[in-house]
Amino acid sequence: MIITQPANIEPHLIPILEKVSDPEIPVLTVLDLGVIREAIEEGTVVKVKLTPTYSGCPAMDVIGDDLKKAFEPLGKTVEVELVLSPAWSTDWISEAGLQKMEAYGIARPLSETADKEVLLGNAKKVICPQCKSTNTHLVSQFGSTACKALFKCDDCLEPFDYFKCLK
Amino acid sequence: MKEHLYNYIISIADNSLILAQRLGELCGHGPTLETDIAGTNISLDLIGQTRNYYQYAAKVQGEGKTEDDLAFLRLEREYKNVLLVEQPNDHFGYVMGRQYLFDVFHLLFMTEMLNSKDETLAAIAKKGIKEVSYHKRFSGDWVKRLGDGTEESNKKMQEAIDDLWVYTDELFDLTEADEAMIVEGIGVDTSKFKETYYKEVSKLLKESNIIVPEGKYFTRGGKKGIHSEYMGYILSDLQYMQRTYPNMEW
Repeated sequence: MIITQPANIEPHLIPILEKVSDPEIPVLTVLDLGVIREAIEEGTVVKVKLTPTYSGCPAMDVIGDDLKKAFEPLGKTVEVELVLSPAWSTDWISEAGLQKMEAYGIARPLSETADKEVLLGNAKKVICPQCKSTNTHLVSQFGSTACKALFKCDDCLEPFDYFKCLK
Repeated sequence: MKEHLYNYIISIADNSLILAQRLGELCGHGPTLETDIAGTNISLDLIGQTRNYYQYAAKVQGEGKTEDDLAFLRLEREYKNVLLVEQPNDHFGYVMGRQYLFDVFHLLFMTEMLNSKDETLAAIAKKGIKEVSYHKRFSGDWVKRLGDGTEESNKKMQEAIDDLWVYTDELFDLTEADEAMIVEGIGVDTSKFKETYYKEVSKLLKESNIIVPEGKYFTRGGKKGIHSEYMGYILSDLQYMQRTYPNMEW
């Protein structure tokens, strides 16, 4: 079960926020990812609280700019505040987001314990997003972005990204 | 109080910045694609933490400076990082040795910083601790793999540890700012985990067939702004863009 930390987002802003996606994983919107912690409209200003997935995630600056662009045609300016606490967790990715991620070719994060096992190379539990086999192995603890590790499927032989569990 | 807090944040931030810069030098030059990506990933995590620290330090200072001013426009003596993090990437043994010796300290440090009375520092620790434990797992694995590998890799790992060992004691030096912040319940009292640090490091080194250095001489100075000969070169690289094109932004 996914426990989602409630974010304070005004419902009428959701359709606009849904148009902003993660530049690194374009199938995911910022809402799927759970990085928007608050979005409140005050007059012509939309105040957004954004939390980074990883401290150095370069996508955060881009997301901030994209939010400004999304609200610009509506005559609204956006004030982005970066919040660090509570720290983002992979539990905040919505189920819809996880499904989109898998369809895109990125394996979804496992539970904390299973994650440790697979990243130490002790267990074969990550499911290949291409052929659904669990006959997969870790190629690199670090992947193409801070949030991913690189895996390879030993059945269909395709390499793929695994979204690391973060809690 | 304000000045001590500023100096305190800067000294933590500078460790991460300079180590990130050293790792960044390897971008595109790592021994394999995976280690190359790992090095730059770790560098990126550290830069992210650094940005959070500098943004906070700039706010505390209250002179309207930005994170970029603090990262790029200070003079050598104004950087307060420990000497360990500025040591060069002579070979991969040095890169992983330096990383491991710092990561063990960094994780113990962040674990203590979670309890800081300063909310911002505690939040940075909460975020960073997950990243740092991942770094330590990676660097520790490599120290083991190289130390317990071939005759050649063992020799190189031993050489790196022997050379880097003299910089470890400085990690636990307390400056005036450190002491003032410990009294306030904001700063981390590193003396609390010095013994744990050496125990943990020695244990892994022994498992890796590396002889734990016994020398009692330690070099220090970085925390006071007195750096090794490498620092000037690091800064000239790091500051080049900002000095050449003042006020440039991404």
